[in-house]
Amino acid sequence: MTALVSIRRLSKRFGGVTVLSDVSVDIAEGEVVCIIGPSGAGKSTLIRCINLLEEFERPGEIVVDGITVQKGRELAAVRAEVGMVFQAFNLFPHLTVLDNIALAPQRVRGMTSHDAAERAGRLLERVGLSAHASKYPAQLSGGQQQRVAIARALAMEPRVLLFDEPTSALDPEMVGEVLEVMRGLAGSGVTMVIVTHEMGFARQVADRVIFMDGGQIVEAGTPTRIFDTPREERTRSFLNAIIRH
Amino acid sequence: MSFAETFLNWDVLRASFPLLLSGLGVTARLGLVSIVAGLVLGLVVALARIYAIQPFRLIFRLYIDIFRSVPLLVLLIVIYYALPFVGLRLSPFMSAVCALTLVSGAYTAEIFRAGIEAIPRGQFEASQALGLSYRYMMTDVILPQAIRIVIPPLTNNCINVIKDTALASVVAMPDLLKQATQAQALEANPTPLIVAALMYVAILWPLVLVVGRLEQKFRQGRS
Repeated sequence: MTALVSIRRLSKRFGGVTVLSDVSVDIAEGEVVCIIGPSGAGKSTLIRCINLLEEFERPGEIVVDGITVQKGRELAAVRAEVGMVFQAFNLFPHLTVLDNIALAPQRVRGMTSHDAAERAGRLLERVGLSAHASKYPAQLSGGQQQRVAIARALAMEPRVLLFDEPTSALDPEMVGEVLEVMRGLAGSGVTMVIVTHEMGFARQVADRVIFMDGGQIVEAGTPTRIFDTPREERTRSFLNAIIRH
Repeated sequence: MSFAETFLNWDVLRASFPLLLSGLGVTARLGLVSIVAGLVLGLVVALARIYAIQPFRLIFRLYIDIFRSVPLLVLLIVIYYALPFVGLRLSPFMSAVCALTLVSGAYTAEIFRAGIEAIPRGQFEASQALGLSYRYMMTDVILPQAIRIVIPPLTNNCINVIKDTALASVVAMPDLLKQATQAQALEANPTPLIVAALMYVAILWPLVLVVGRLEQKFRQGRS
């Protein structure tokens, strides 16, 4: 079986600091992968390399759906297949909720505005926000904004969805509604790579959990394997520190 | 002589009014041409300063810094009285347009640059992550937001350009102020000056109100 996303020997330095060091990982079609680890471990940087929001060093290589990720003509094609949900939502504040979702399908996929609006409407229903289509992002709560951002990413019908700490900027009472939507996506077979601090969610939803520290993958396995019988000392101390507070 | 006869003398006003009106026309034309030229120049310089390759970026930066530091009156006098020595003789109108445009362009460039750079990085990243091309990222996401930020300071700059047109009277430009001082000398009465001042206020006050409105509106828009 070939991987949908294949990451080979990825390294990256910021100035003198090593952020990623020789990371290799494959993600299969339909798989839900959660990446956990302390802050500064390189989790966000790793997924931001997949759509080249961060550049990485040669000879590291990332292939998405058969296309090599690099600057140039094919980059837009890769980005169209890779959806991303950001910690800070990054909705377009001057556009309505509906237009936020309908913009890229028109500009990148060449859909008519009618078709794009129809698709946006369906996706809003899916994330439970049909009543808010004509509002502006600033009129929504954080949890609602993040659900719109998920709908916006889905509107491109990407092959894989990246989540960069999607609940970290939310008030605690809004985390649940966003995780609920993501749980629904995971159940419907969408390929997802999720950087998260929500251990309960990771245990419940992930097919595979990757623990990163110091720019490296320390260990990876099923949620039960990682959370119940971690092999590495660094994994154990991280999980202990999290459970204790 | 009473206060009214001195400062708002009806006969003097009637005699000098056609002169003042023609001056107002010149002032309006001078302001309009300089504003439009300054806007175009400013946008080009701003984009070049952000996106051009290095030596050009430095040149545009120098232009901006120099023309924001030189007093407009000095620049105007240099253009009108000094350039003829190197064979470049401009009419009073062209001299004034050049000076106003060069200075306004430098300020406008800084306003546009600040507007574009005020857009958070996340907006660029979200656009790129969706696969939007550079062109659509700018026209659909970045510039619409930048223009909202930029309109109040740009309107402010327009007000300044119109006010500064009065400096053109020193190079014998028959603008509103020049006509008013001439009429005052002719009639030996300050009424034309008072009326000219009122005319400036009458065209600029609405713009001042517009700026206040816009600033309030855009503050509400973002929260």
